[in-house]
Amino acid sequence: MRGTLRPDLAVIAANVAPGSRVLDVGCGDGALMAALRDQRGVDARGLELDAGNVAECVARGLSVIQGDADADLGHYPDAVFDYAILSQTLQTTKRPDKVLDELLRIGRRAFVSFPNFAHWRVRLSLLWGGRMPTTRLLPAAWYATENIHHVTIDDFRALLAARGVRVEQAWFLTGDRRTSAAAANFRAEHAVFLLSR
Amino acid sequence: MLRAGQSLVLPGALPLDGGQRLEDVRVAYETVGELNAAKSNVILLFHALTMDQHVVSTHPRTGKPGWWRNSVGRGKPIDTDRFFVICANVLGGCMGSTGPASPAGDGQPYAMRFPVITIRDMVRAQVALLDALGIERLHGAVGGSMGGMQALSLAANFPERTSAALVIAATARHSAQNIAFHEVGRQAIMADPKWQGGDYYGSGKGPDAGLAVARMAAHITYLSEAGLTEKFGRRLQDRPDGTKGAKTFGFDADFQVESYLRHQGLSFTDRFDANSYLYITRAMDYFDLAEEHGAKGKGSLADAFAGTSARFCLVSFDTDWLYPTAESRHVAHALNAAGAPVSCVALSAPHGHDSFLLEVPALDRVIAGFFNQ
Repeated sequence: MRGTLRPDLAVIAANVAPGSRVLDVGCGDGALMAALRDQRGVDARGLELDAGNVAECVARGLSVIQGDADADLGHYPDAVFDYAILSQTLQTTKRPDKVLDELLRIGRRAFVSFPNFAHWRVRLSLLWGGRMPTTRLLPAAWYATENIHHVTIDDFRALLAARGVRVEQAWFLTGDRRTSAAAANFRAEHAVFLLSR
Repeated sequence: MLRAGQSLVLPGALPLDGGQRLEDVRVAYETVGELNAAKSNVILLFHALTMDQHVVSTHPRTGKPGWWRNSVGRGKPIDTDRFFVICANVLGGCMGSTGPASPAGDGQPYAMRFPVITIRDMVRAQVALLDALGIERLHGAVGGSMGGMQALSLAANFPERTSAALVIAATARHSAQNIAFHEVGRQAIMADPKWQGGDYYGSGKGPDAGLAVARMAAHITYLSEAGLTEKFGRRLQDRPDGTKGAKTFGFDADFQVESYLRHQGLSFTDRFDANSYLYITRAMDYFDLAEEHGAKGKGSLADAFAGTSARFCLVSFDTDWLYPTAESRHVAHALNAAGAPVSCVALSAPHGHDSFLLEVPALDRVIAGFFNQ
């Protein structure tokens, strides 16, 4: 494995049960899948939009299908994976609510991570600057960002409650460090949820 | 090392999907690399419709270099320092394997007495070749176009024989459009008076005009519209009298694209047997992997792969309209449903279906990464 995993991926990697079956939706260049395979004996499969990334994954010996979360999750049978993982992708999908349903249909449990749009830096930037924020986790300008459904931790919790999804565990990150769940919607840059029905 | 020009006669009769049994089937093949002691480093390469076993070796009729020298060789994506590569001419072919031009029991060419064969029959012959060579399980199977169909058929029908299948620019079933183009080609051949019901072998000259037209029609399907436009546009030929690119107001090959197609058609007749073209295109048209593996009309492609333990990789090209990306994705979804490890990627390449024969760096990385496991 090259380099170290992104902090949210490191949290996921550390909490996936060894030997399980995993679908990584939006798997990028396959860094998490490779780590899960090599360190935890996980049977990992991936779904990725970008052809260059898929080619990179195949070159790493990973099984990855080119496709996107909005259109292609319907082709997977029910409950074939122990975990479905969606890292930093939810906010880029056309219908995050439907994608969430699909994750929990395909996987018995789901990891979902996303940048928290209610982090205080984002709030300040919008409040004082009056401009759509660009931060470390949200680096692109409003017209260029892939994030079409900005979401906060509280928004996400509300969606989970409305859909009857159970939170098994949640982790909150600022930079590379874990932060407490207290006032996470204000203090966390990034959230990782482990969900089940 | 390269060992071209090998062949053997299969020991038993070959059972066919049509119900017949074919005796004394000869399989012509070439190998590259060295077989290891465990016979575990074999990659079987399936060729496309009009290709043959000359993957690396110089073609004996055209003098052209092997058709996949880009990807097979020392230090190439299929590295022959590590792998032992086998490629055999398909059953029904015309480069040494038994086909319609081969002598039947009475010593005369089969011609149209040759049984109609299927993709699975072709694969049976290749599996029989592996049996004869004492190779139980392949490290991998790979093919483009019709070769990809055979790789899929092998994994579905002989799941214990391969650990991996790389399927490039292929499909799990021929579409109505695919069949339609093939039918144009077959009718062109059979409408040529020199075809003579297929019995042209003794007459010196076969249905070259018909075969050339068949090739011209098929060749268009191998190229992209953008590729043709880039290569030829509406440019006109220079005339023999030196006139630069002027219309003749006649029916000579005014446009460069016409001249190109005519050349493709004519040169094809120097190396390919018209009856082989009929039989092989028929086999492709009959190909429907789901139909083979289910009740009539109820076949599910996932069922076809129920017994497989192989890894799969499906590669398509974004400009291929013959076997478009949707076909590869259809196969990938079925493999997913069957629980097989599968990768599927649509590579960007400008040259349509034929991209798999050309230099596509991303394809090289996929091939190398997939087989180097």
